[in-house]
Amino acid sequence: MDFNAGSPEDIYVPGAVTTAVKILVVGHFAVGKTTLIGALSEIAPLSTEEKMTQASTRVDDLRGVPDKKTTTVALDFGRLTLGDDLVLYLFGTPGQQRFMQLWEDMARGALGALLLADPTRLSDTFPVIDLIEQYGLEYAVAVNSFDRQSDYTEDELREALDLLPHTPVVFCDARDQRSSADALLTLVRHLLERAS
Amino acid sequence: MTVPGEEQRVAGGFIRSYVITGGRELPSADDLSLITLVTVAPEQELPALPSPETVAIWELCSGGYLSVAEVSARLGLPVGVVRLLLTDLIREGRLLRRATPPPAQAPDPRLLEKVLHGLQRRFA
Repeated sequence: MDFNAGSPEDIYVPGAVTTAVKILVVGHFAVGKTTLIGALSEIAPLSTEEKMTQASTRVDDLRGVPDKKTTTVALDFGRLTLGDDLVLYLFGTPGQQRFMQLWEDMARGALGALLLADPTRLSDTFPVIDLIEQYGLEYAVAVNSFDRQSDYTEDELREALDLLPHTPVVFCDARDQRSSADALLTLVRHLLERAS
Repeated sequence: MTVPGEEQRVAGGFIRSYVITGGRELPSADDLSLITLVTVAPEQELPALPSPETVAIWELCSGGYLSVAEVSARLGLPVGVVRLLLTDLIREGRLLRRATPPPAQAPDPRLLEKVLHGLQRRFA
């Protein structure tokens, strides 16, 4: 099936849709969140601005930030119509600790999170896992890996990221629709297991 | 800031937002979530003396249902501003909204099953 938006009327959600749900695609900067969303979305990925108050603590630069400060962050997202009455939104959510207010908004009502990890920058994924766990989101790890032979094994990744035994790990190529869909399906199966 | 990242894609919209909203406080995400779907109500008209932003929202939402996030992105307006203008139009009965599921602590297994089956069909 090809749902790519070509004509203007394609931008709209089908009229029979009564339920909208969201899943977060999370990960550090430039890990491939928007690439994965673009591989799956029926519309070209969109970007929206959310204004928020920046947390005054735990900033990851050396200068520190005096008290509260307003900042604007771009959220990239995509859409998948899943049957007659259901639509799924995928929101790329930046993993920096200073976007805590954003996380509060994004986590509310989310079904779960797909954590994209770059095997060559695993330490950048630690703070993202902290955020996911802080907001009580269920998640699966998708290792964005173009050439898995040269990377870690699943066991090595599990150990490096200190994952719980039930947290799924899947290797994927965020540029590839099939591969990205498999990662998303792994997450949803996991969510279903945890909810049942 | 020395860290390159998403936060650098700033549109400097503070003054712009302030003017569009008349300095009113923006509604929170609780009032109108990013994935709430909205459309123009049947047989409704634009309010008198609408702002250009309200006209743009009206024209976009005349074609069918879109999420709050999509309205914001398609018009290039910050989410908070769009929320406020949409809230006004909904309160006046000019726009319809479709409810999204309540922010339950644990997602409903039946809903997750629908998502799973929908994805399987789509990417089979």
